[in-house]
Amino acid sequence: MLLLALLGTGVIYAAVDSGTSAQAADQKWSEAQIEGGKKLFAEGCSSCHGLNAQGSAIAPTLLGAGAAGVDFQVGTGRMPLAAPGAQAVAKPPVYSQTEIDALAAYVSSLAPGPGVPTAEQLDIATADLATGGELFRTNCAQCHSFAGKGGALSDGTAAPSLMDATPRQIYTAMVSGPQSMPIFGNGTITVEEKQTIIKWIAGLQADDNPGGLALGRLGPVTEGLFVWLIGLGALILVAIWIGVKAK
Amino acid sequence: MSDLTTTNTGAADGDHGHHGHDGATAGEHAEHAEHTELVLPNGRPAPAPLPHEPRRADIDPTAAKRAERQVSIMFTLAILLFLLFVVAYAAVDKTTVIALPAIGTMSASNLTLGVTFGLAIFLIGAGAIHWAKKLMPDVEVVQLRHDLVSEPQDRAEALEIFDAGAVDSGFGQRRIIRRTLIAAMALFPIPLVVILRDLWVTPPDSPTPSALLKETIWTKGERIVTDGSYQPIRPEDIPVGGLVNVVPASLLEVEETEGNLNARAKASSIIVRMRPEEIRSQQGGTPEEPWDYQGILVFSKICTHVGCPISLYQKRTHQLLCPCHQSTFDLADSAKVVFGPAARPMPQLAVTVDSEGYLVARGDFQSHIGPSFWEQGS
Repeated sequence: MLLLALLGTGVIYAAVDSGTSAQAADQKWSEAQIEGGKKLFAEGCSSCHGLNAQGSAIAPTLLGAGAAGVDFQVGTGRMPLAAPGAQAVAKPPVYSQTEIDALAAYVSSLAPGPGVPTAEQLDIATADLATGGELFRTNCAQCHSFAGKGGALSDGTAAPSLMDATPRQIYTAMVSGPQSMPIFGNGTITVEEKQTIIKWIAGLQADDNPGGLALGRLGPVTEGLFVWLIGLGALILVAIWIGVKAK
Repeated sequence: MSDLTTTNTGAADGDHGHHGHDGATAGEHAEHAEHTELVLPNGRPAPAPLPHEPRRADIDPTAAKRAERQVSIMFTLAILLFLLFVVAYAAVDKTTVIALPAIGTMSASNLTLGVTFGLAIFLIGAGAIHWAKKLMPDVEVVQLRHDLVSEPQDRAEALEIFDAGAVDSGFGQRRIIRRTLIAAMALFPIPLVVILRDLWVTPPDSPTPSALLKETIWTKGERIVTDGSYQPIRPEDIPVGGLVNVVPASLLEVEETEGNLNARAKASSIIVRMRPEEIRSQQGGTPEEPWDYQGILVFSKICTHVGCPISLYQKRTHQLLCPCHQSTFDLADSAKVVFGPAARPMPQLAVTVDSEGYLVARGDFQSHIGPSFWEQGS
């Protein structure tokens, strides 16, 4: 029922406001967007996050989450939450980008927070790939792994794979710090440096596997398992063949 | 070849035929056990030999011919594959990527080189084994084993020789030689100990290994800069919930003179920021002068278990997780160990801001960074 109500509201809202979604970090959201977002928020988010986004026993406050936080959480489908648990998982987004923009407008109107990037801020054409690699290994690889495949954390949480992350999602995740992830603000990793990191991740996503079977690019765990089961298994079969008496 | 195996096949049916070939291969025990039935050295009768079943290639010339053809085909294929390897090396473009079912994309060059060379070597081995199994002589051989202990007269003789040697050498009579020899052998490990001693005792004017591990290049007033881009940091650059991987500003100077891997390995740190009321305890400082600066906490990045660099900070729980062995530290509570094999908290670095408003260290770490060790005394 809740989902239906959400979808219904979304459809109505999308019919009312069908503007495009390129929002600048410091762009002023329109009053209509904020009003529409407030309505969407009250129906879809306030049961957990509180009527004024102040948070509750089961959900954090959204004051300070900013447009970037909303854009990432709702844009990747992590919010609204499918089920309570250690970690919200990505799924097809429930809201349209227009609705997400409205929600972002409303949340960022409550308290200052990180904004969504402009198209220029996501332009990685001139970004330096080598710098991106160094910054990725220093700041990102610990949790998301060197190949960007993600990895386990504690208490049921995990750093997700970056293989399907869009530049906009990577940017908004860095500035807003979704869930367990800490915030990598523009003060310590500048927008230009974020562009290099995005370019590096795009390179990881586009990478071929010259050796064939990548085994998840998880390194020694899957490679060892493969060698022990497939490699050693083949050797044992050959040894049996050598030992069996010919007919 | 086939008549040799046929001879054996006929002979193996009865025990009479054994001595013909076994005498040469199985040694004397088979020799004196030849007559009626085999008797083991322990007196028990040996188990009856299994009936010999001739292989198809032994009795059917067409089967032998077929096996011969199979082996030669394997070797011929190996020849072709070796030639194909050379052709593939020259002809296949190194940058071409092809898609394969189940495997995904891979380099065409790697695939062709690997398949031709690997399959060729496999076919040589497989051909050799097929040859041995199908065509080489199918002789069944019994090799009996005997006790490992020597005959009584051999043992008595060895003792005699030893005793005679002891008497002849004078080891029993010449006490001075015996005692000095024993003393010399007892001192044999001394040079080794003297050399190995340098591992834990150093000359008085050089820092001890303990001091080398204790001292990092963090000093009072040292600016904290971002790792990778080496920019100084203002407190307002770090939002609550933020994480910054940092090094001391002087690391770049160290790099110029001697390479900085040791200095970097010891001084690498992380900054996290939480709301000041979330900090339950710190490793030092007073209420007036806490080690944090407005909720900005700095900790060593080197795990106190076995020294992995860790920055897996989970901002909701303030826990720092080490991916190597899952040691977990609560950064809001003096970085105490809350899980895993680490024995000590992650060392904390006291911080403040300088006159220009940049974050600086208030001195070196107060406890050893990195893994625990014997001499640290804690």
